[in-house]
Amino acid sequence: MNAEHHKKITDAPQVGLFASCLVDALRPTIGFAAAKLLEDAGCIVSVPERQVCCGQPAYNAGDRKAAAAIARQTIVLFEKFDYVVAPSGSCAAMLRVHFPGLLSDDPAWALRAAVLGEKCWELTSFLTDVRGVAAVKSGFHSGFRGKITYHDSCAGLRELGVRKQPRKLLASIDGLTMKDHSIADVCCGFGGTFCVKYGKISTAMTDAKIEAVLATGADMVVAGDLGCLLAIAGRLSRRGDRVEARHVAELLAGMTNGPPISGDG
Amino acid sequence: MIMDAAPDQSSAPDFPARAAAALADPTLQGALTKLQTEFRRDRAAMLGRIPEFDQLRDHATAIRNHSLAHLDELLEQFETNVSLTGGIVHWCRNAAEACETVTGICRAVGAETVAKSKSMLSEEIALNDHLAAASIEPVETDLGEYILQLRHETPSHIVMPAIHLNAGQIADVFREAHTDHDPARYLGDADALLAEARAMLRQKFLDADVGITGANALIADTGSILLVTNEGNADLVHSLPKTHIAIVGIEKAVATLDGAMAVVRVLARSATTQEVTSYTTLVTGKRRANDADGPSSFHVVLVDNGRSRMLAGPYAEALRCIRCGACQSLCPVYGAVGGHAYGAVYAGPIGAVLTPNLGAPGGLGAARHLPQASSFCGQCEEVCPVRIPLPALMRRLREDAFEDRQITVAGQKWIAAWGWAAQRPALYRLGRRIGILMLRILAKVSGGTIRTLPLAGGWSATRDFPAPEGGSFVELWNRRKRRESS
Repeated sequence: MNAEHHKKITDAPQVGLFASCLVDALRPTIGFAAAKLLEDAGCIVSVPERQVCCGQPAYNAGDRKAAAAIARQTIVLFEKFDYVVAPSGSCAAMLRVHFPGLLSDDPAWALRAAVLGEKCWELTSFLTDVRGVAAVKSGFHSGFRGKITYHDSCAGLRELGVRKQPRKLLASIDGLTMKDHSIADVCCGFGGTFCVKYGKISTAMTDAKIEAVLATGADMVVAGDLGCLLAIAGRLSRRGDRVEARHVAELLAGMTNGPPISGDG
Repeated sequence: MIMDAAPDQSSAPDFPARAAAALADPTLQGALTKLQTEFRRDRAAMLGRIPEFDQLRDHATAIRNHSLAHLDELLEQFETNVSLTGGIVHWCRNAAEACETVTGICRAVGAETVAKSKSMLSEEIALNDHLAAASIEPVETDLGEYILQLRHETPSHIVMPAIHLNAGQIADVFREAHTDHDPARYLGDADALLAEARAMLRQKFLDADVGITGANALIADTGSILLVTNEGNADLVHSLPKTHIAIVGIEKAVATLDGAMAVVRVLARSATTQEVTSYTTLVTGKRRANDADGPSSFHVVLVDNGRSRMLAGPYAEALRCIRCGACQSLCPVYGAVGGHAYGAVYAGPIGAVLTPNLGAPGGLGAARHLPQASSFCGQCEEVCPVRIPLPALMRRLREDAFEDRQITVAGQKWIAAWGWAAQRPALYRLGRRIGILMLRILAKVSGGTIRTLPLAGGWSATRDFPAPEGGSFVELWNRRKRRESS
């Protein structure tokens, strides 16, 4: 191995991909799309096998002890990487913002949580803010010359400042036009277990979101969190609205040949 | 115009039932959509006019923190300075003491009617019921509160108490209440409604024996109270009757007028998106020898009602609240169901934190479920002018409930079981496999998309669920990597 080759390998950041439990179980395409985008951005990607979920369901239900235990096991799995990236603002914020808070009074773990937190990024923010990616080289599945509208997921937007990053990357896709809906920064009604606990209220929130999406005339609603997309797509499907829903990573990686989360594809 | 007893919130139907009723009420939905659409638009315009708004928020937050850190000294200083102006300060530990004190002052001056300007504390301690029980007629003079008093309703919003009503409903209640007016009169616009209310209220101001106001701040170094209104009614309430009583929560103390102004700068902007309200009034003591008007006696009733207990605990930051209502105006849950669905004096995100903490230990009643009704979207914290971390405080309340084993909402047991499994990755992987398989079977049975989810009826009542693509990403990825490297 010559010196130049060696340098090339060590320069490439080691990225631990935190899949998120929803992507892991429901839509692996998003995981593969995220991995492709990271590799295209010059990263070496690993997906630790023992990863579970970020612990938000327990954390937000008030089960702090379980959330802290999940945080500790996640730290052990991911602290060896240069970066941890999640195709979800919600999970990334859990790792980056809430793990340090959860473990701040645990002397054995506070520093490890803080160090891990600093390395955790939401996918589009990592690509643009850390890796300096300005454009992606992907196109739509054949024939799509559509209009999309972007939904800002709450945790990514308010806890991580993710707003311009996905729009900037999406703008580099040929044949795509973007139009913001009037309440792009308003909650879609998912809220983790909120949507099951308070289904009627959640549905009203999703309906407001969908009305705003429909008003743009967009063919597709795009977001960075599968949770939001499930809530929106599930409601679009039940209402019979012909608007597709897809994760931003699918578009950016050009992995749009499979069916959308909802709609007729 | 004696107000009926307020509806007993604790025996009212629970939050989900009230929320469902609110969602099915098209008039209410129209009012809420109007509120949030206009407020969002006007707030954006307001922020555009004042790029330094975040710095003003930081300053107001620091002022409020200073107040809370020095509350004991500030309140004593306030009392001393009120005494120097000839006023009297009354200290009340709870709602009962506060109501007794106010009623006692009213009785001592032989009051038959009292004119009131808007006060959330008055709602919190149910003062009107108490006055009515003592045969003293309370007259609300804030237009919104006046309408609600005619309708025997409680406020649904901190600064826009009647925001759940439309103009037609208000015209109806005026026609019903103002029976000496021509039934055929025109009440088709806001000006007509306002003119009629103003005419009705003018005599009430003149007749009132006592005026009761709240206060937006207690200024310690002058003994003044600060009143912020848009209707000017508070100014008539405190200056026309012979006796003025200000009822105020102890957390409202502030060291100086400058500090109070720091709060004012963010208050109107956050509450109504105005730069400043129409009237900002400082009231210092009773009428002096050369004053043109003013009351001959001035009382400040300081009310604790759980605040000092709150100050000593993990929810102290919520005492920074300046009652602007911005967290309600922009909360998507509040926007879906309105204030009355919460069944509490203080609705929305701030209500979810105040309601369990104020009053006697255990809160103002029926409150433990309120912090659950949030998607934690963080909009409330984003707009709070004094940066109260409302989602974190609501989560903390959920932790209290979880520790008390108060299974307040369906599904909490499942979350606990899930949390247990997530700490055991092998078990989690097995569960994941079974889960994916079952969802795929469900999807196959129903022809592609899942229309009924066992254990998650709250979802599938109104939403479909996509069929999983198949397999776990984590397993698929690592299997592929092993294949590539072998």
